[in-house]
Amino acid sequence: MMKLELLDSVHVVQTPEGIDINLRVAGIWPRSVAWLIDLLIRGFIYAVLAFVLSQFGDFGSGLMLILFFFMEWFYPVFFEVFNRGMTPGKKLFNIQVLNGDGTPVGWSPSLLRNILRSVDFLPFFYGIGLISMLMNNRFQRLGDLAADTIVVYYKHKTETLEIPKVEQIKPEFNLNIKEQQAIIRYAERSAQLSDARMNELAEILSPLDSNSKMTKNRLLGIASFLVGR
Amino acid sequence: MKQADFENKYSEFWQTLEINNLSELHTSDSFPEDYRLVCHHLSLARSRHYSPLLVERLEKLVINAHQLFYKRKSHFITSVLVYFTSGFARAIRKEWRWVMLSSVLFFGTFFGMLISLQYYPDMVYSVISGEQLAQMENMYDPSQAKIGRDRSSGSDFQMFGYYIFNNTGIGLKTFASGLLLGVGSVITLIFNGLTIGGVAGYLTSIGYGVTFWPFVSGHSAMELSAIVLSGAAGFKLGFSIISPGRKSRLLSLRDSAKEAVYIMYGVASMFIIAAFIEAYWSSMSDIPAMFKYTVGVINWVLLLSYFIYVGRFRG
Repeated sequence: MMKLELLDSVHVVQTPEGIDINLRVAGIWPRSVAWLIDLLIRGFIYAVLAFVLSQFGDFGSGLMLILFFFMEWFYPVFFEVFNRGMTPGKKLFNIQVLNGDGTPVGWSPSLLRNILRSVDFLPFFYGIGLISMLMNNRFQRLGDLAADTIVVYYKHKTETLEIPKVEQIKPEFNLNIKEQQAIIRYAERSAQLSDARMNELAEILSPLDSNSKMTKNRLLGIASFLVGR
Repeated sequence: MKQADFENKYSEFWQTLEINNLSELHTSDSFPEDYRLVCHHLSLARSRHYSPLLVERLEKLVINAHQLFYKRKSHFITSVLVYFTSGFARAIRKEWRWVMLSSVLFFGTFFGMLISLQYYPDMVYSVISGEQLAQMENMYDPSQAKIGRDRSSGSDFQMFGYYIFNNTGIGLKTFASGLLLGVGSVITLIFNGLTIGGVAGYLTSIGYGVTFWPFVSGHSAMELSAIVLSGAAGFKLGFSIISPGRKSRLLSLRDSAKEAVYIMYGVASMFIIAAFIEAYWSSMSDIPAMFKYTVGVINWVLLLSYFIYVGRFRG
Protein backbone atom coordinates (compact mmCIF):
# COMPACT_ATOMS: atom_id res chain seq x y z
CA MET A 1 0.00 0.00 0.00
CA MET A 2 1.10 3.47 -0.87
CA LYS A 3 0.92 4.98 2.58
CA LEU A 4 3.39 2.49 3.95
CA GLU A 5 6.10 3.81 1.70
CA LEU A 6 5.83 7.23 3.25
CA LEU A 7 7.45 8.22 6.49
CA ASP A 8 4.69 7.39 8.92
CA SER A 9 3.95 6.11 12.40
CA VAL A 10 2.10 3.07 11.11
CA HIS A 11 3.16 -0.26 12.49
CA VAL A 12 2.09 -3.23 10.39
CA VAL A 13 1.19 -6.51 12.02
CA GLN A 14 0.34 -9.60 10.06
CA THR A 15 -2.33 -11.79 11.61
CA PRO A 16 -2.57 -15.57 11.21
CA GLU A 17 -5.46 -14.92 8.83
CA GLY A 18 -3.01 -13.35 6.41
CA ILE A 19 -4.33 -9.86 7.00
CA ASP A 20 -2.10 -6.86 7.52
CA ILE A 21 -3.29 -4.72 10.38
CA ASN A 22 -2.10 -1.14 10.43
CA LEU A 23 -1.63 0.15 13.95
CA ARG A 24 -0.90 3.80 14.50
CA VAL A 25 1.79 4.15 17.14
CA ALA A 26 1.30 6.86 19.76
CA GLY A 27 4.07 9.40 20.17
CA ILE A 28 5.67 11.10 23.12
CA TRP A 29 3.12 13.87 23.64
CA PRO A 30 -0.08 11.85 24.15
CA ARG A 31 1.77 9.31 26.25
CA SER A 32 3.32 11.97 28.49
CA VAL A 33 0.06 13.76 29.08
CA ALA A 34 -1.75 10.46 29.67
CA TRP A 35 0.92 9.63 32.24
CA LEU A 36 0.45 13.03 33.87
CA ILE A 37 -3.30 12.52 34.11
CA ASP A 38 -2.76 9.11 35.67
CA LEU A 39 -0.36 10.72 38.10
CA LEU A 40 -3.03 13.23 39.12
CA ILE A 41 -5.62 10.50 39.52
CA ARG A 42 -3.22 8.49 41.63
CA GLY A 43 -2.34 11.53 43.70
CA PHE A 44 -6.03 12.09 44.35
CA ILE A 45 -6.53 8.46 45.41
CA TYR A 46 -3.47 8.71 47.68
CA ALA A 47 -4.92 11.77 49.31
CA VAL A 48 -8.30 10.13 49.86
CA LEU A 49 -6.70 6.94 51.19
CA ALA A 50 -4.43 8.87 53.49
CA PHE A 51 -7.35 10.87 54.84
CA VAL A 52 -9.69 7.92 55.38
CA LEU A 53 -7.10 5.50 56.74
CA SER A 54 -5.59 8.04 59.11
CA GLN A 55 -8.78 7.61 61.14
CA PHE A 56 -7.80 4.03 61.91
CA GLY A 57 -4.51 4.55 63.73
CA ASP A 58 -1.61 2.18 63.28
CA PHE A 59 -3.64 -0.42 61.48
CA GLY A 60 -4.76 2.26 59.03
CA SER A 61 -1.26 3.48 58.34
CA GLY A 62 -0.07 -0.10 57.76
CA LEU A 63 -2.89 -0.69 55.33
CA MET A 64 -2.14 2.65 53.69
CA LEU A 65 1.48 1.68 53.07
CA ILE A 66 0.44 -1.66 51.56
CA LEU A 67 -2.08 0.05 49.29
CA PHE A 68 0.51 2.69 48.34
CA PHE A 69 2.89 -0.07 47.38
CA PHE A 70 0.34 -1.70 45.09
CA MET A 71 -0.75 1.63 43.61
CA GLU A 72 2.84 2.62 42.98
CA TRP A 73 3.76 -0.52 41.07
CA PHE A 74 0.52 -2.09 39.87
CA TYR A 75 -1.89 0.74 39.07
CA PRO A 76 -1.03 0.63 35.34
CA VAL A 77 -0.81 -3.18 35.35
CA PHE A 78 -4.33 -3.48 36.69
CA PHE A 79 -5.83 -1.31 33.96
CA GLU A 80 -3.67 -2.69 31.17
CA VAL A 81 -4.73 -6.24 31.93
CA PHE A 82 -8.39 -5.65 32.80
CA ASN A 83 -9.26 -2.62 30.69
CA ARG A 84 -7.90 -3.56 27.28
CA GLY A 85 -4.55 -1.87 27.76
CA MET A 86 -5.95 1.49 28.80
CA THR A 87 -5.29 3.30 32.05
CA PRO A 88 -7.76 6.16 32.65
CA GLY A 89 -5.21 8.64 31.28
CA LYS A 90 -4.62 6.56 28.18
CA LYS A 91 -8.34 6.13 27.66
CA LEU A 92 -8.71 9.90 27.53
CA PHE A 93 -6.27 9.98 24.64
CA ASN A 94 -7.66 6.86 22.97
CA ILE A 95 -4.36 5.07 23.27
CA GLN A 96 -3.82 1.53 24.49
CA VAL A 97 -0.97 -0.85 25.25
CA LEU A 98 -0.74 -3.94 23.05
CA ASN A 99 1.75 -6.71 22.52
CA GLY A 100 4.02 -6.17 19.55
CA ASP A 101 1.86 -8.56 17.53
CA GLY A 102 -1.28 -6.51 18.13
CA THR A 103 -2.81 -8.81 20.75
CA PRO A 104 -3.89 -7.57 24.21
CA VAL A 105 -1.23 -7.52 26.93
CA GLY A 106 -1.28 -10.09 29.71
CA TRP A 107 0.22 -10.07 33.20
CA SER A 108 3.87 -10.69 32.42
CA PRO A 109 4.45 -8.10 29.69
CA SER A 110 2.44 -5.52 31.59
CA LEU A 111 4.32 -6.16 34.84
CA LEU A 112 7.64 -6.07 33.06
CA ARG A 113 7.05 -2.79 31.29
CA ASN A 114 5.81 -1.19 34.48
CA ILE A 115 8.60 -2.47 36.74
CA LEU A 116 11.17 -1.31 34.20
CA ARG A 117 9.49 2.10 34.27
CA SER A 118 11.80 2.90 37.18
CA VAL A 119 14.78 2.59 34.81
CA ASP A 120 13.12 4.60 32.05
CA PHE A 121 12.54 7.31 34.63
CA LEU A 122 16.30 7.69 35.23
CA PRO A 123 18.29 9.92 35.47
CA PHE A 124 15.31 12.23 36.01
CA PHE A 125 11.85 12.61 34.53
CA TYR A 126 11.99 9.76 31.99
CA GLY A 127 15.35 10.80 30.51
CA ILE A 128 16.30 7.30 29.40
CA GLY A 129 12.75 6.50 28.33
CA LEU A 130 12.59 9.57 26.09
CA ILE A 131 15.92 8.83 24.45
CA SER A 132 14.85 5.25 23.86
CA MET A 133 11.52 6.38 22.38
CA LEU A 134 13.26 8.73 19.97
CA MET A 135 15.68 6.04 18.85
CA ASN A 136 13.23 3.51 17.45
CA ASN A 137 10.38 3.79 15.02
CA ARG A 138 7.72 2.44 17.36
CA PHE A 139 8.28 4.96 20.18
CA GLN A 140 9.16 2.22 22.65
CA ARG A 141 10.80 3.02 25.93
CA LEU A 142 13.14 0.42 27.43
CA GLY A 143 10.29 -1.26 29.29
CA ASP A 144 8.38 -1.59 26.03
CA LEU A 145 11.42 -2.99 24.24
CA ALA A 146 12.01 -5.64 26.89
CA ALA A 147 8.34 -6.59 27.17
CA ASP A 148 7.73 -6.29 23.42
CA THR A 149 4.79 -3.96 23.87
CA ILE A 150 3.62 -0.96 21.86
CA VAL A 151 1.31 1.93 22.62
CA VAL A 152 -1.07 2.57 19.75
CA TYR A 153 -4.16 4.61 19.00
CA TYR A 154 -7.31 2.73 19.77
CA LYS A 155 -9.69 2.62 16.85
CA HIS A 156 -13.28 3.46 17.56
CA LYS A 157 -16.02 2.77 15.13
CA THR A 158 -16.03 5.48 12.47
CA GLU A 159 -19.18 7.18 11.36
CA THR A 160 -19.79 6.06 7.83
CA LEU A 161 -19.64 8.91 5.38
CA GLU A 162 -22.17 8.48 2.63
CA ILE A 163 -21.45 9.35 -0.95
CA PRO A 164 -24.26 11.70 -2.03
CA LYS A 165 -26.83 9.98 -4.18
CA VAL A 166 -26.63 11.65 -7.60
CA GLU A 167 -27.07 10.53 -11.19
CA GLN A 168 -24.13 8.43 -12.37
CA ILE A 169 -21.90 10.06 -14.96
CA LYS A 170 -19.55 7.96 -17.01
CA PRO A 171 -16.26 9.82 -17.37
CA GLU A 172 -14.98 10.36 -20.91
CA PHE A 173 -11.41 9.84 -19.83
CA ASN A 174 -9.44 7.00 -18.27
CA LEU A 175 -8.71 7.04 -14.56
CA ASN A 176 -6.16 4.85 -12.92
CA ILE A 177 -6.81 3.20 -9.57
CA LYS A 178 -5.27 5.96 -7.48
CA GLU A 179 -7.19 8.65 -9.30
CA GLN A 180 -10.41 6.71 -8.86
CA GLN A 181 -9.76 6.39 -5.17
CA ALA A 182 -9.03 10.09 -4.88
CA ILE A 183 -12.35 10.93 -6.52
CA ILE A 184 -14.28 8.52 -4.28
CA ARG A 185 -12.59 9.94 -1.22
CA TYR A 186 -13.51 13.42 -2.46
CA ALA A 187 -17.13 12.42 -2.71
CA GLU A 188 -17.13 10.83 0.72
CA ARG A 189 -15.92 14.05 2.26
CA SER A 190 -18.49 16.23 0.50
CA ALA A 191 -20.57 16.60 3.66
CA GLN A 192 -17.60 18.05 5.51
CA LEU A 193 -16.61 20.69 2.95
CA SER A 194 -18.36 23.80 1.70
CA ASP A 195 -19.75 23.97 -1.85
CA ALA A 196 -17.22 26.61 -2.82
CA ARG A 197 -14.32 24.49 -1.63
CA MET A 198 -15.74 21.41 -3.36
CA ASN A 199 -15.96 23.31 -6.65
CA GLU A 200 -12.51 24.71 -6.18
CA LEU A 201 -11.12 21.22 -5.67
CA ALA A 202 -13.05 19.90 -8.67
CA GLU A 203 -11.62 22.61 -10.89
CA ILE A 204 -8.15 21.19 -10.43
CA LEU A 205 -9.33 18.36 -12.68
CA SER A 206 -10.57 20.67 -15.46
CA PRO A 207 -7.51 20.06 -17.70
CA LEU A 208 -8.61 16.39 -17.97
CA ASP A 209 -11.45 17.35 -20.25
CA SER A 210 -11.02 20.23 -22.67
CA ASN A 211 -14.74 20.41 -23.61
CA SER A 212 -16.27 21.42 -20.33
CA LYS A 213 -15.37 22.66 -16.93
CA MET A 214 -15.22 20.21 -14.05
CA THR A 215 -17.70 20.98 -11.27
CA LYS A 216 -18.66 19.50 -7.98
CA ASN A 217 -21.79 17.88 -9.30
CA ARG A 218 -20.08 16.32 -12.25
CA LEU A 219 -17.33 14.90 -10.07
CA LEU A 220 -19.86 13.50 -7.61
CA GLY A 221 -21.61 11.86 -10.55
CA ILE A 222 -18.34 10.28 -11.60
CA ALA A 223 -17.78 9.09 -8.05
CA SER A 224 -21.24 7.52 -8.03
CA PHE A 225 -20.37 5.75 -11.23
CA LEU A 226 -17.10 4.50 -9.82
CA VAL A 227 -18.62 2.98 -6.71
CA GLY A 228 -21.54 1.74 -8.77
CA ARG A 229 -24.31 3.35 -6.80
CA MET B 1 -18.13 -6.19 -7.84
CA LYS B 2 -18.60 -2.47 -7.47
CA GLN B 3 -18.11 -1.01 -4.03
CA ALA B 4 -21.76 -0.11 -3.55
CA ASP B 5 -22.91 -3.67 -4.22
CA PHE B 6 -20.29 -4.99 -1.87
CA GLU B 7 -21.40 -2.61 0.86
CA ASN B 8 -25.06 -3.36 0.34
CA LYS B 9 -24.42 -7.04 0.55
CA TYR B 10 -22.48 -7.04 3.79
CA SER B 11 -23.16 -3.84 5.69
CA GLU B 12 -25.82 -5.49 7.81
CA PHE B 13 -23.35 -8.16 8.86
CA TRP B 14 -20.70 -5.57 9.70
CA GLN B 15 -23.18 -3.60 11.71
CA THR B 16 -24.01 -6.57 13.91
CA LEU B 17 -20.32 -6.94 14.65
CA GLU B 18 -19.97 -3.22 15.35
CA ILE B 19 -23.02 -2.94 17.53
CA ASN B 20 -22.52 -6.03 19.62
CA ASN B 21 -20.82 -5.67 22.89
CA LEU B 22 -17.39 -7.23 22.55
CA SER B 23 -17.78 -9.52 25.52
CA GLU B 24 -21.05 -10.82 24.10
CA LEU B 25 -19.36 -11.45 20.79
CA HIS B 26 -16.67 -13.45 22.41
CA THR B 27 -19.07 -16.00 23.76
CA SER B 28 -21.12 -16.35 20.60
CA ASP B 29 -20.52 -19.56 18.70
CA SER B 30 -20.18 -17.92 15.34
CA PHE B 31 -17.51 -15.44 16.42
CA PRO B 32 -14.50 -17.28 14.94
CA GLU B 33 -16.34 -17.68 11.66
CA ASP B 34 -17.48 -14.07 11.64
CA TYR B 35 -13.99 -12.89 12.42
CA ARG B 36 -12.49 -14.79 9.50
CA LEU B 37 -15.21 -13.49 7.21
CA VAL B 38 -14.45 -9.89 8.13
CA CYS B 39 -10.75 -10.56 7.52
CA HIS B 40 -11.69 -11.86 4.12
CA HIS B 41 -13.79 -8.77 3.40
CA LEU B 42 -10.92 -6.53 4.41
CA SER B 43 -8.49 -8.23 2.08
CA LEU B 44 -11.06 -8.11 -0.74
CA ALA B 45 -11.68 -4.43 -0.12
CA ARG B 46 -7.97 -3.76 -0.21
CA SER B 47 -7.22 -5.74 -3.32
CA ARG B 48 -10.19 -4.24 -5.17
CA HIS B 49 -9.05 -0.74 -4.15
CA TYR B 50 -12.32 0.22 -2.57
CA SER B 51 -12.48 3.63 -0.94
CA PRO B 52 -10.13 4.27 1.98
CA LEU B 53 -13.08 4.92 4.27
CA LEU B 54 -14.54 1.50 3.69
CA VAL B 55 -11.14 -0.09 4.14
CA GLU B 56 -10.68 1.85 7.33
CA ARG B 57 -14.03 0.75 8.67
CA LEU B 58 -13.19 -2.87 7.99
CA GLU B 59 -9.73 -2.42 9.49
CA LYS B 60 -11.24 -1.22 12.73
CA LEU B 61 -13.59 -4.15 12.82
CA VAL B 62 -10.74 -6.54 12.21
CA ILE B 63 -8.43 -4.96 14.80
CA ASN B 64 -11.04 -5.06 17.54
CA ALA B 65 -12.06 -8.60 16.72
CA HIS B 66 -8.41 -9.62 16.46
CA GLN B 67 -7.68 -8.37 19.96
CA LEU B 68 -10.65 -10.28 21.27
CA PHE B 69 -9.90 -13.43 19.35
CA TYR B 70 -6.27 -13.64 20.41
CA LYS B 71 -6.75 -12.60 24.00
CA ARG B 72 -4.68 -15.00 26.06
CA LYS B 73 -6.63 -17.01 28.53
CA SER B 74 -5.00 -17.68 31.85
CA HIS B 75 -5.78 -20.27 34.47
CA PHE B 76 -4.81 -18.24 37.45
CA ILE B 77 -4.98 -20.75 40.29
CA THR B 78 -3.38 -23.58 38.32
CA SER B 79 -0.53 -21.41 37.15
CA VAL B 80 0.12 -20.11 40.67
CA LEU B 81 0.21 -23.68 41.98
CA VAL B 82 2.49 -24.89 39.22
CA TYR B 83 4.71 -21.88 39.78
CA PHE B 84 5.34 -22.47 43.46
CA THR B 85 5.49 -26.27 43.28
CA SER B 86 8.05 -26.38 40.49
CA GLY B 87 8.39 -23.41 38.15
CA PHE B 88 10.00 -20.92 40.50
CA ALA B 89 12.66 -23.25 41.94
CA ARG B 90 13.49 -24.56 38.48
CA ALA B 91 13.93 -21.07 37.10
CA ILE B 92 16.29 -20.23 39.97
CA ARG B 93 18.35 -23.38 39.40
CA LYS B 94 18.55 -22.60 35.71
CA GLU B 95 20.03 -19.20 36.51
CA TRP B 96 22.47 -20.55 39.10
CA ARG B 97 25.37 -18.62 37.58
CA TRP B 98 23.67 -15.28 38.15
CA VAL B 99 22.52 -16.37 41.58
CA MET B 100 26.13 -17.24 42.43
CA LEU B 101 27.48 -13.92 41.13
CA SER B 102 24.78 -12.05 42.99
CA SER B 103 25.40 -14.04 46.21
CA VAL B 104 29.14 -13.45 46.04
CA LEU B 105 28.66 -9.71 45.61
CA PHE B 106 26.07 -9.38 48.35
CA PHE B 107 27.31 -11.87 50.95
CA GLY B 108 30.93 -11.04 50.13
CA THR B 109 30.51 -7.39 51.03
CA PHE B 110 28.16 -8.29 53.88
CA PHE B 111 30.58 -10.66 55.64
CA GLY B 112 33.59 -8.57 54.65
CA MET B 113 32.05 -5.59 56.39
CA LEU B 114 30.79 -7.63 59.33
CA ILE B 115 34.18 -9.19 60.04
CA SER B 116 36.38 -6.17 59.42
CA LEU B 117 34.22 -4.05 61.73
CA GLN B 118 35.18 -6.36 64.60
CA TYR B 119 38.77 -5.18 64.16
CA TYR B 120 38.31 -1.64 62.85
CA PRO B 121 34.96 -0.42 64.23
CA ASP B 122 35.50 3.12 62.93
CA MET B 123 35.19 1.87 59.35
CA VAL B 124 31.43 1.86 59.79
CA TYR B 125 31.29 5.64 59.39
CA SER B 126 32.45 5.29 55.78
CA VAL B 127 29.14 3.64 54.82
CA ILE B 128 26.60 4.75 57.41
CA SER B 129 26.12 8.20 58.89
CA GLY B 130 26.53 8.72 62.60
CA GLU B 131 22.93 9.84 62.88
CA GLN B 132 21.61 6.60 61.41
CA LEU B 133 23.89 4.61 63.68
CA ALA B 134 22.59 6.41 66.74
CA GLN B 135 19.07 5.48 65.63
CA MET B 136 20.08 1.84 65.21
CA GLU B 137 21.77 1.84 68.60
CA ASN B 138 18.61 3.15 70.12
CA MET B 139 16.50 0.45 68.48
CA TYR B 140 18.63 -2.48 69.53
CA ASP B 141 19.72 -1.25 72.95
CA PRO B 142 19.45 -4.35 75.18
CA SER B 143 18.07 -2.22 78.01
CA GLN B 144 15.03 -1.32 75.88
CA ALA B 145 11.75 -3.06 76.47
CA LYS B 146 10.79 -3.42 72.81
CA ILE B 147 13.50 -4.40 70.35
CA GLY B 148 13.58 -3.64 66.66
CA ARG B 149 12.67 -0.56 64.69
CA ASP B 150 10.97 2.07 66.71
CA ARG B 151 7.93 0.35 68.13
CA SER B 152 6.78 2.90 70.64
CA SER B 153 4.05 4.21 68.37
CA GLY B 154 3.73 1.44 65.84
CA SER B 155 1.75 -1.73 65.78
CA ASP B 156 2.93 -4.88 64.02
CA PHE B 157 0.59 -4.33 61.11
CA GLN B 158 1.95 -0.88 60.54
CA MET B 159 5.46 -2.30 60.33
CA PHE B 160 4.20 -5.05 58.02
CA GLY B 161 2.94 -2.37 55.64
CA TYR B 162 6.17 -0.46 55.92
CA TYR B 163 8.33 -3.52 55.16
CA ILE B 164 6.23 -4.37 52.10
CA PHE B 165 6.31 -0.82 50.81
CA ASN B 166 10.01 -0.34 51.41
CA ASN B 167 11.73 -3.71 50.95
CA THR B 168 9.70 -5.02 48.04
CA GLY B 169 10.13 -1.68 46.32
CA ILE B 170 13.90 -1.92 46.74
CA GLY B 171 13.83 -5.46 45.33
CA LEU B 172 11.87 -4.40 42.25
CA LYS B 173 14.24 -1.49 41.69
CA THR B 174 17.28 -3.74 42.05
CA PHE B 175 15.83 -5.95 39.36
CA ALA B 176 14.94 -3.08 37.04
CA SER B 177 18.29 -1.34 37.39
CA GLY B 178 19.95 -4.53 36.11
CA LEU B 179 18.73 -3.42 32.69
CA LEU B 180 21.54 -0.83 32.71
CA LEU B 181 24.01 -3.51 31.59
CA GLY B 182 23.96 -5.05 35.06
CA VAL B 183 25.64 -2.02 36.60
CA GLY B 184 22.57 -1.08 38.61
CA SER B 185 22.35 -4.54 40.15
CA VAL B 186 26.03 -4.51 41.10
CA ILE B 187 25.68 -1.14 42.79
CA THR B 188 22.52 -2.01 44.75
CA LEU B 189 23.86 -5.40 45.83
CA ILE B 190 27.16 -3.99 47.07
CA PHE B 191 25.45 -1.02 48.68
CA ASN B 192 22.99 -3.25 50.51
CA GLY B 193 25.74 -5.69 51.50
CA LEU B 194 27.81 -2.85 52.92
CA THR B 195 25.03 -1.17 54.88
CA ILE B 196 23.40 -4.33 56.22
CA GLY B 197 26.83 -5.78 57.07
CA GLY B 198 27.79 -2.41 58.53
CA VAL B 199 24.82 -2.24 60.87
CA ALA B 200 25.21 -5.88 61.90
CA GLY B 201 28.96 -5.54 62.45
CA TYR B 202 28.69 -2.30 64.35
CA LEU B 203 25.93 -3.48 66.67
CA THR B 204 27.86 -6.70 67.34
CA SER B 205 31.08 -4.80 68.09
CA ILE B 206 29.39 -2.61 70.69
CA GLY B 207 27.79 -5.62 72.33
CA TYR B 208 24.22 -5.17 71.10
CA GLY B 209 24.40 -8.46 69.20
CA VAL B 210 22.39 -10.15 71.92
CA THR B 211 19.31 -8.24 70.82
CA PHE B 212 20.14 -7.73 67.14
CA TRP B 213 20.81 -11.29 66.02
CA PRO B 214 17.73 -12.92 67.59
CA PHE B 215 15.61 -10.17 66.01
CA VAL B 216 16.87 -10.62 62.46
CA SER B 217 17.43 -14.39 62.42
CA GLY B 218 13.82 -15.29 61.62
CA HIS B 219 13.34 -13.27 58.47
CA SER B 220 16.97 -13.22 57.33
CA ALA B 221 16.59 -16.23 55.03
CA MET B 222 13.65 -14.81 53.09
CA GLU B 223 14.80 -11.23 52.97
CA LEU B 224 18.47 -11.68 52.13
CA SER B 225 17.75 -14.38 49.55
CA ALA B 226 15.12 -12.16 47.97
CA ILE B 227 17.67 -9.35 47.61
CA VAL B 228 20.18 -11.74 46.05
CA LEU B 229 17.58 -13.14 43.64
CA SER B 230 16.42 -9.66 42.54
CA GLY B 231 20.04 -8.94 41.72
CA ALA B 232 20.35 -12.21 39.81
CA ALA B 233 17.25 -11.44 37.75
CA GLY B 234 18.72 -8.00 37.06
CA PHE B 235 21.99 -9.55 35.87
CA LYS B 236 20.04 -11.75 33.51
CA LEU B 237 18.49 -8.66 31.94
CA GLY B 238 21.74 -6.75 31.68
CA PHE B 239 23.84 -9.61 30.41
CA SER B 240 21.34 -10.45 27.67
CA ILE B 241 22.23 -7.09 26.11
CA ILE B 242 25.99 -7.40 26.66
CA SER B 243 26.25 -10.89 25.24
CA PRO B 244 23.22 -11.76 23.11
CA GLY B 245 24.79 -14.87 21.62
CA ARG B 246 23.27 -15.80 18.29
CA LYS B 247 20.22 -13.59 18.72
CA SER B 248 19.91 -9.89 18.02
CA ARG B 249 20.34 -7.79 21.15
CA LEU B 250 16.68 -6.83 21.15
CA LEU B 251 15.46 -10.40 20.77
CA SER B 252 17.90 -11.59 23.41
CA LEU B 253 16.63 -8.91 25.80
CA ARG B 254 13.01 -9.86 25.18
CA ASP B 255 13.60 -13.54 25.76
CA SER B 256 15.63 -13.00 28.93
CA ALA B 257 13.20 -10.41 30.24
CA LYS B 258 10.40 -12.94 30.02
CA GLU B 259 12.37 -15.40 32.14
CA ALA B 260 13.56 -12.70 34.53
CA VAL B 261 10.07 -11.37 35.26
CA TYR B 262 8.98 -14.96 35.84
CA ILE B 263 11.53 -15.12 38.66
CA MET B 264 10.37 -11.79 40.04
CA TYR B 265 6.88 -13.10 40.83
CA GLY B 266 8.47 -15.43 43.35
CA VAL B 267 10.95 -12.87 44.62
CA ALA B 268 8.19 -10.36 45.32
CA SER B 269 6.30 -13.05 47.22
CA MET B 270 9.45 -13.75 49.24
CA PHE B 271 9.73 -10.10 50.21
CA ILE B 272 6.13 -10.12 51.38
CA ILE B 273 6.66 -13.31 53.41
CA ALA B 274 9.80 -11.77 54.89
CA ALA B 275 7.83 -8.66 55.80
CA PHE B 276 5.25 -10.80 57.52
CA ILE B 277 7.84 -12.73 59.53
CA GLU B 278 9.67 -9.55 60.43
CA ALA B 279 6.54 -7.78 61.61
CA TYR B 280 4.93 -10.60 63.56
CA TRP B 281 7.64 -13.09 64.55
CA SER B 282 10.90 -11.16 64.79
CA SER B 283 9.31 -8.44 66.89
CA MET B 284 8.24 -10.86 69.65
CA SER B 285 10.91 -10.06 72.21
CA ASP B 286 9.79 -12.42 74.97
CA ILE B 287 10.87 -15.54 73.10
CA PRO B 288 14.21 -17.07 74.15
CA ALA B 289 17.06 -16.20 71.81
CA MET B 290 18.00 -19.85 71.31
CA PHE B 291 14.52 -20.61 70.02
CA LYS B 292 14.69 -17.70 67.59
CA TYR B 293 18.06 -18.82 66.28
CA THR B 294 16.69 -22.33 65.76
CA VAL B 295 13.76 -20.98 63.78
CA GLY B 296 16.16 -18.84 61.77
CA VAL B 297 18.34 -21.83 60.88
CA ILE B 298 15.30 -23.95 60.02
CA ASN B 299 14.08 -21.19 57.72
CA TRP B 300 17.43 -21.14 55.91
CA VAL B 301 17.46 -24.93 55.56
CA LEU B 302 13.87 -24.99 54.31
CA LEU B 303 14.44 -22.20 51.81
CA LEU B 304 17.65 -23.67 50.42
CA SER B 305 16.08 -27.15 50.15
CA TYR B 306 13.16 -25.56 48.36
CA PHE B 307 15.42 -24.08 45.72
CA ILE B 308 17.56 -27.21 45.46
CA TYR B 309 14.92 -29.93 45.42
CA VAL B 310 11.48 -28.61 44.49
CA GLY B 311 10.33 -29.48 41.00
CA ARG B 312 13.37 -31.60 40.29
CA PHE B 313 11.76 -35.00 40.05
CA ARG B 314 8.62 -34.50 38.01
CA GLY B 315 8.05 -34.09 34.32
